[in-house]
Parts: sequence; C-alpha cells; structure tokens
Amino acid sequence: MQPSANNVDAFPLGRAPRGFVGIIDRIAANGANSALEHDELESRLLELGFVDGAPVEILHEGLIGGDPIAVRVQGITIALRRLEAMAVLVR
Amino acid sequence: MHLALVGPPNSGKTSLFNALTGSRQKVANYPGVTVERKEGFFVTPTGRQLSLIDLPGTYSLRGRSPDEEITRDFVLGRAAGEFTPDLVLCVADSTNLRFTIRLLLELKRTGRRLVLVLNMFDIATRRGVTVDLAKLAGDLGVPVTTSIAVKKGGTAELLRVTDQMIAASSETTRSEEWTPMSVAQLRATQREADRIIASAISLPTRPDTWTARIDAVVLHPIAGLPILGLILFVMFQAVFAWAQPLMNLLSSGFIGLGQVVHEVLPNGLLQSFLQNGVISGVGSVVVFLPQIITIFLFILLLEDFGYMARAAFLMDRIMGGAGLHGRAFIPLLSSFACAIPGIMATRVIDNRRDRLTTILIAPLMTCSARIPVYTLIISAFIPDTEVWGWFNLRGLVLFGLYAAGITSALAVSFLIKFFLLRDYAPAPFMLELPDYKLPRLTNIAIGVYTRALAFLQRAGTTIFSMMVVIWFLASFPQAPAGAEGPAINYSLAAIIGKFIEPALAPLGFNWQIAVALIPGMAAREVAVAALGTVYSIEGGKEAAEQIGHALANKWSLATALSMLAWYIFAPQCASTLAVIRRETGSWRWMCVTFLYMLTLAYLASFATYNLSSILLGK
Repeated sequence: MQPSANNVDAFPLGRAPRGFVGIIDRIAANGANSALEHDELESRLLELGFVDGAPVEILHEGLIGGDPIAVRVQGITIALRRLEAMAVLVR
Repeated sequence: MHLALVGPPNSGKTSLFNALTGSRQKVANYPGVTVERKEGFFVTPTGRQLSLIDLPGTYSLRGRSPDEEITRDFVLGRAAGEFTPDLVLCVADSTNLRFTIRLLLELKRTGRRLVLVLNMFDIATRRGVTVDLAKLAGDLGVPVTTSIAVKKGGTAELLRVTDQMIAASSETTRSEEWTPMSVAQLRATQREADRIIASAISLPTRPDTWTARIDAVVLHPIAGLPILGLILFVMFQAVFAWAQPLMNLLSSGFIGLGQVVHEVLPNGLLQSFLQNGVISGVGSVVVFLPQIITIFLFILLLEDFGYMARAAFLMDRIMGGAGLHGRAFIPLLSSFACAIPGIMATRVIDNRRDRLTTILIAPLMTCSARIPVYTLIISAFIPDTEVWGWFNLRGLVLFGLYAAGITSALAVSFLIKFFLLRDYAPAPFMLELPDYKLPRLTNIAIGVYTRALAFLQRAGTTIFSMMVVIWFLASFPQAPAGAEGPAINYSLAAIIGKFIEPALAPLGFNWQIAVALIPGMAAREVAVAALGTVYSIEGGKEAAEQIGHALANKWSLATALSMLAWYIFAPQCASTLAVIRRETGSWRWMCVTFLYMLTLAYLASFATYNLSSILLGK
C-alpha cells in the first residue's frame, strides 16, 4: 500500500504523544509486535473503528511509560496498549 | 417461542433483558463452560409466552472468547443441548450504532430472523441523533424498532413489533453455511454499514461533554490512581465497617435461634445436630451475606456507571508487571471480601490464561473469613504496644499479614507466567471506554438480588452438607460413660487430628490445632469456634477473650506465629475450592490450587516456627 497522497509520512499511533490529533492512514498489523496473528489484530482494530481515513485523537495515557492509551475514534473511546497501537499508522 | 438478545458490549442489553423479563430470570451456566446463561420469560400484549436468552456481548461472530463462542454457536443453532432462536433481537446503543449495524449485517448472513432494536433512544435523541427508521429498515432489510429499557413502558414498541414478527410467519429460515469473515470481507461490511449509517442517521452534533469532563479527572495521569485508591478505600470501608452492624445482627440472630433450639429440644443428638451442626454451621457462612451484597452493590454500581473499564485502564500496566491482565483488578479486589465472588467476577476476563491465573491467586487475597482467626491470635500473643511512637504493633502485624497475602499473590502470578502457562500468548488489552451513564436502581437491585440468591443457595446446599459431615465427625463416636475430658476427645475428629498431628508437628501444631483445622475447611473462621470447643471453653462472643487466654497459656509464641503464617496461604475453604472447580470446569485446577496453597502454607509455617523458635529461644 502506498503512503497517503499528502507529503507527510505516516507513523505508528503507538509512538504518538498524548493530545495527538490525526487521521488514520492505514492498518499495518505486521508493524506491531503483538501476540495476535496479523489478521486477527487487524480484524479487532477494524471492529473497534480503526479504519482508513478516520480521525483519531489520543485523549489519555497511563502513568507508567504513557501506556496504555485512550483513543477517540469514530465517536467512541478505545483503550489499548501502545504495543497494539503500533499497527495503526497515522498522519 | 424462543428469542435471543445479541449485541455489542455496553449496548444496554442487560437493561433491556431486565426490562422485558423483570425478575422472571434463571441464571445458570452453559453446560461445560463457565459462561453465565441468563434466560428470562415474558408475555407479549397479545398473550404469547416467550422465552428470552441474554447472550454475551460481542462485536462479531468470530468467537474470540468463551463468551463470544457461546453467542456464535447459539445464533447458528450449533449450541449443544440448546434451542435454536426463532427470532434474534439485535440490540444497539443508539448513540453508537457502528458496532451494531456491522454486527447486524454479519447476523443477516446466518439466515436468522432479525429485529434491530435501537436501545437508549432517549439519550441519543437528547444528544441530537436523528434516525430515519423507515429508511434504515429498508436499507438493512430488517424491521427496526426503538426502546428505552430503563423507562417504564419503554419496551412497548419492541413488544408490538415482536408480536407482529411472530404472527407474520412461523417458519424458521434455515441457517446457511456460515464461515467467519476474512479481513477483506470485514472491511467491505464495515464500509456497507458506514454507508447505511450515513444515509439514514444524522450523527450527534453534541458529543457527551460529561464523559469528557469526568475522564479528564479520573483518567488524569497523576490524579487517576489516587482517585481509584480513594474509591477503593470507601469500598473497603463499606465492606468492613458498614456491613458490620448487619452481620452482627445476623450473627446474634443465629445464636438466638440456636439458643431457642437448645431450650426447646431435650439434650441429645438432635439438639446438638440442629444447634451446632445446622444453625451455627450454616449461620457462620450466611453471616457474610451483608458483605457479599455490599461488594456486589459497589461493583455493579461502578460497572453500570462505566468506571470499571477505567479502573482496568489505570491498573493495566501496573498489574502487567506481575503477569496479570488489567481486567483482573476487579476480581482480585472482590477477593478481599471473599474469594467466591472474586472468582466469579473473573468472567470479565476473556483470555483463558489470564482468567486462570487470576482464579489461582484470588484465594491468596486476605478474605474477611481470615479476620476472626487473625484477630484472635494477634490479641492473644502480640503485645499492645506502640512502635516508633506512631504505629500500634498489633495493627502492624495485621497489615503485614495483608501485605504478605498480596505480595505472594503477585509472586505466584509471576511464577505462573514464567513456568506453568508459558505457551499462552499474553492477551492484548483492547477495551471500549463507554460513555458514563447514571446507574439505574432497578438494574442494580436485580443484579444484587440474583447474586445474593445464588450465594444463599450455595449456603443451603454445599455448605450445609459440609457442616453435617463435620458435626458427625466431631460427635461420633460419643464419649463412653464416666469419661474424662471433653467428649470431642473420643470422636472421629480427634482420631483424625491425632493421626495428622505428626505431619503438623514440625510446624509447632498440636493435635487440638489439627482438629480445629478440619472444620476450618468449611470456612476459615469456624476454626476459632472449633478451638474453643476443643479447649473446653464455652463458645459465644464474650468467650472470645477466654479462648485467647487459653491459647496464650497453651501455645508458644512460635506456634502462634506459625498458625498466622499458615492462614495466609492455607486452602482452608471448601466452598472456594468448589467454585474454582465450577469456574474452571476441571478438577485439575482445583487440585493445583489446593496443592500449591497447601505447600506454601506448610513451608511458610515451617519456616516461621523454626526461625522464631531459634530467635525467641523457644
């Protein structure tokens, strides 16, 4: 898959700071070192609303290592670990 | 006719289930698995008798956890020994339709007859969501109705549509060959769902500002954990202090009842059986009902409000260090009251490995039944002195016992993570943080009521039969005429106690302790009463100090400390073991729990007794 049309490079949501506001570029399950199979991780993220083009915002983060994070996506708030959020590429 | 409720988590399914069926519910387990099966009954306006199953919440039919597999198999008509639903009510949170519309599209592929229920329609309307119901129904190809589960009469429209659906056709469509969706199919389905939503629904113009405001405080990186701590403090306070008057009331009620039996019946076996076996035995467990109710009240309130998911969020990283999942936090917390509700609460953990670990360590949390034992021994042996001018030595010892329980629980979990269940991949933590909602009293009341009932049923069956056995052991054979010493010395219990004694001697335990540990198997605090009996002291509350005196005279300090160490770990609770057996669905894990706790208890007592014997010069 090609990076998005505009010139900003996509980077993993798992590295974004609290307060980050952006758009999902694509899901790349192979970018995350999750225990889940790639397809399973991608399915779960899709089911929770992480789809290409959706706006995302990191609302909260945990105390230790800023993990896990609470992400606002498609009108709902999802808590997930940064490890799994590495599969979500944003810009 | 059989109906099934399907919907994503947080869609208000359970509220709707409660609204439709009221208290006409049967809560049980699905055969072979540990998932709670809730069936209810209701009558439609035209007088049709319907049964309704509340299926576990799910985002899809892929079945990633035992709960979700139940939902899938049930909908597909594959669940063994279960009926096939004639009609599936697909429930949506009207403020958040994406999950349900996609799930509905997936459900349509199964060929079941469906109704889409837009629940919590009032909240959605208030937030400015408008739905073109006719268009939505047309696009989806299934009837759409709205409901407000928490309002009286809020299900009238749903009942009317249900009636219509049942009247319209009695034939059940055949389920097609169903296969799980591939990622590409999932994407396509989600796009289709989004298209339908865009064409029939106008999304909220006003987001829920309350949720954002509350979260800004309770999920604050620094303030979040202290606030969680404060909530827990209030909860503990409620469980230990506020429930106490009620427990005292129950306790004196049972003692009074025992007295009545004592006076009405002639001395003899029947009197002893009713007073010592049935009333004091079952009573000693039923006394914990107020604590069970309080802890469930708090848990259900926090759950209904939407805070539980936040607590898991706050604790995930901290608990992760010990190999525990964020969701294990609440069950472990409940275990401070009693491991039984704690172990039952592990059902919220969807990964089997995480759930098993939590179940295995839950009994190490210092439950309230240990308190009578701890209090008795501490007040008999530990001097009431100040330490460093601030702390009371007795309080410090009690705190130390709690800390030892928690520390060992974390250590055991850590060891399980590395040795026992290594091949299990750690489950990811992905959880919706739902919008906050005001808890509804009727929901909470039904939730607490069903759990209290389950607890009482257990007290009436398992614990009752256990107490009968123990009473029998302690009473037979009876002392020969003219025998000296307490009658219990001649009983089977004493024979068993003396038989076990050599094994417990390295721990500094005498045969009297060995005997007391046997009834202590039914419930830990029974050991206190048993010690009293064994030492021939009148039982009852005011005698508690006397038991203390007797212990102080007959035990060495090393024995007392050893006994405390024993109680941190000992698997001294038959009902906890029974619940572990039921919840894990296997004898194996019950035996694992029993053996590892027994080993820990033995080692801890052995070390404590010998070390303190050396240090104190015996």
